[in-house]
Amino acid sequence: MHGAGPGIAFWVLSAVTLVAAGGVMVSRNLLHAVLFLILTFVGVAGFFVLLSADFLAMAQIIIYVGAIAVLVLFAILLTPRAGRDNSETKMALPAILLSVCLAAVFLFVIHDANWATVTESPGIGASELGEALLTTWVLPFEIASVLLTAALVGAIMLARSAQEEAEDALA
Amino acid sequence: MTIGIDHFLTVGALLFCLGLAVALSKRNAIGVLMGVELMLNAVTLTLLTFSRFSVSDRPVTGQTFVVMVITVAAAEAAVALALAVSVYRNRDTVDVDKINLLRS
Repeated sequence: MHGAGPGIAFWVLSAVTLVAAGGVMVSRNLLHAVLFLILTFVGVAGFFVLLSADFLAMAQIIIYVGAIAVLVLFAILLTPRAGRDNSETKMALPAILLSVCLAAVFLFVIHDANWATVTESPGIGASELGEALLTTWVLPFEIASVLLTAALVGAIMLARSAQEEAEDALA
Repeated sequence: MTIGIDHFLTVGALLFCLGLAVALSKRNAIGVLMGVELMLNAVTLTLLTFSRFSVSDRPVTGQTFVVMVITVAAAEAAVALALAVSVYRNRDTVDVDKINLLRS
């Protein structure tokens, strides 16, 4: 990826994404953490555009920012007495140490490996992706739709109250 | 300066490690879930990076894999948040330290 444009976009996006992800870690209020999480999702969608995956960038915005973030916000608002604080358990220090060690291993591998790369983007549009999903990968595609249906039914079953269950038993 | 595969992979790796730290250290179950979502995002970013930069006959496979990961992430988020709401209804807390019914 040559030129100033992608370079500037990359550095701005990585700053925004990583600072927002750090905000999820350090912010004391759970609602602020969700807002930082949304900013991270938007930054990752920007990376998708930079990697010339336009359709997936849109899907990222719609699914993560539109659906999952709202779901997380609803879950926080539906658990009011649980508190809004986003503090750590006693395992915070070991967890951070483990993450730093893992990051060191990752960075070593990334910079040490000799990646065979192409310079030109393969240029995959939504039509190529749709064709691949409905020809080569049609079985995983159908299994994914069954999984989504099962998750929908399971979420409804888990989240309904005992009173609603009793009403259903009477009916 | 040329932006190559290692730049994108570095961002993905750092995002994954931040998500791991959040998922392992947060007290609130919904905070733990946010860490899991961060890790899933880092993985999709890495998959797309390889799809864009790798020498491959069929680079579209990487993007197909990302579609699957996003689907599973959506299903996981829905079920896990329903679990959190259900636990809250029964125990009045979503603190992972206080959900210890199985401890004798």
